[in-house]
Amino acid sequence: MPIIQILAIAASLLFLLYIGRQIIKGKLREEYSFVWIFSTVVLLIFSFWRDGLEIVAHTLGVYQAPNLVFTAAIFIILVYLLHLSKVASRLHQQNKTLSQELALLKEKVERSLKGNK
Amino acid sequence: MDKIAVIIPAYNEETSIAAVVADVHKASRESGLHYWPVVVNDCSKDRTGQIIAALECTAIQLPINLGIGGAVQTGFKYALLNGYTHAVQVDGDGQHPPGELKKLYQKMKAEGIDVMIGSRFVEGEGRGFQSSLMRRLGINYFKRLNKLLVGVVVHDSTSGLRMHNIKALQVVSDYYPDEYPEPEAVILYVKNGLKIGEVQVEMLERQGGVSSIDGVRSVYYMAKVTMAVLFTFIRLTFR
Repeated sequence: MPIIQILAIAASLLFLLYIGRQIIKGKLREEYSFVWIFSTVVLLIFSFWRDGLEIVAHTLGVYQAPNLVFTAAIFIILVYLLHLSKVASRLHQQNKTLSQELALLKEKVERSLKGNK
Repeated sequence: MDKIAVIIPAYNEETSIAAVVADVHKASRESGLHYWPVVVNDCSKDRTGQIIAALECTAIQLPINLGIGGAVQTGFKYALLNGYTHAVQVDGDGQHPPGELKKLYQKMKAEGIDVMIGSRFVEGEGRGFQSSLMRRLGINYFKRLNKLLVGVVVHDSTSGLRMHNIKALQVVSDYYPDEYPEPEAVILYVKNGLKIGEVQVEMLERQGGVSSIDGVRSVYYMAKVTMAVLFTFIRLTFR
C-alpha cells in the first residue's frame, strides 16, 4: 500500500473521529454533521479503492479524473454555502424578533417598577 | 380621543434627541392632539440610551443594533400592544418637525387613508429643505418604479415621515424591511390593500448626526432597494 494511501485513510478516519466528537460534545448539531460525515465517507471509500476514481470518471465520460473531483467538490461546496446563507438569514430574522420582544418587555418591566415606587 | 405614538428611531443622536422629544410635547400642546414620544434606541454607542431614559417619553432600548427598519418596527409593535390608534415615524436627527404632524393626522382622518406620507414634493418644489440633486434623482427613480409596479404615485417615497392607522400598523408590525425600508414599504402598503396619501410638509436639514447614504453607499442603496422592491412585489403578488 503506497504511503499516500495510508495517509489519506488515516486523515479521513481522524476527520470522522473529530466530527463524531464534536457531535457528542454538542458543538455540532446533527443536521449540519450529515454533510461532513457523508463527504468523509466518500473520501474514505476512494482512499481504499484507488482505481475507483478513474473508473467513475471513465463511466461518466470525464477524460481527466481530477476534473471530476474538482467539478463535484465545487458544486457540493456551493450548494452547502447556499444552505449556510439560508441558515444565517433565518438566524438573523429570529435574532431580530427576539431582541424586539426583549426590548419591549424590558420597557414594560421598567415602567411597572417606576410605577410602584 | 385618538392616541398617536410618535416613534423616534435613534442611533447615536445624543445631541439632538432631547430637542426632538421636547418638540413632540410642544406640538402636542399646540395642536391639542395626543402625541406621545416613543424613542427606540437602536443600541447607540453614545449616551442616547441614558439620555432618553431620563426624558419624559417611552424609552425602548434594543439590545443589539437592528438597523432603522427593525428599530421603527419595534415602535410599531409597541404602539399596537399599548392601545395607540396611530403611529408616526419621526427621525431622531430633527429633520421632521413635529409641528407638521397635525397636517398628516387631519388629512388621513378626513380622507379615510391608512398611511399618510409627509412629502417634500407634492406641490412641485416645496419650501424648506429639499435635499441634494443626487437624492432627488433617486427619489424620482423610485417614484417611477413604484408607479410601474403598483400603479400608485408617491412623490417622496424615501420620506420616513409616515403616519399609520391601526390597520396599517398590523401590516408593518408583521413585516417591515430592515435596511432602507421606505420605498419597499410602499409596495407593502399597496399590496395589503392599504390606502396611501401624501401631504406637503416642510422638512429641515438634519440638526445632528450624518446621513447614512452618501457616495458609494448611494449606489449600494439604489441596487439594494431596487432588488428589495422587486422581490417584495413578486412575493406579495404571487402569494
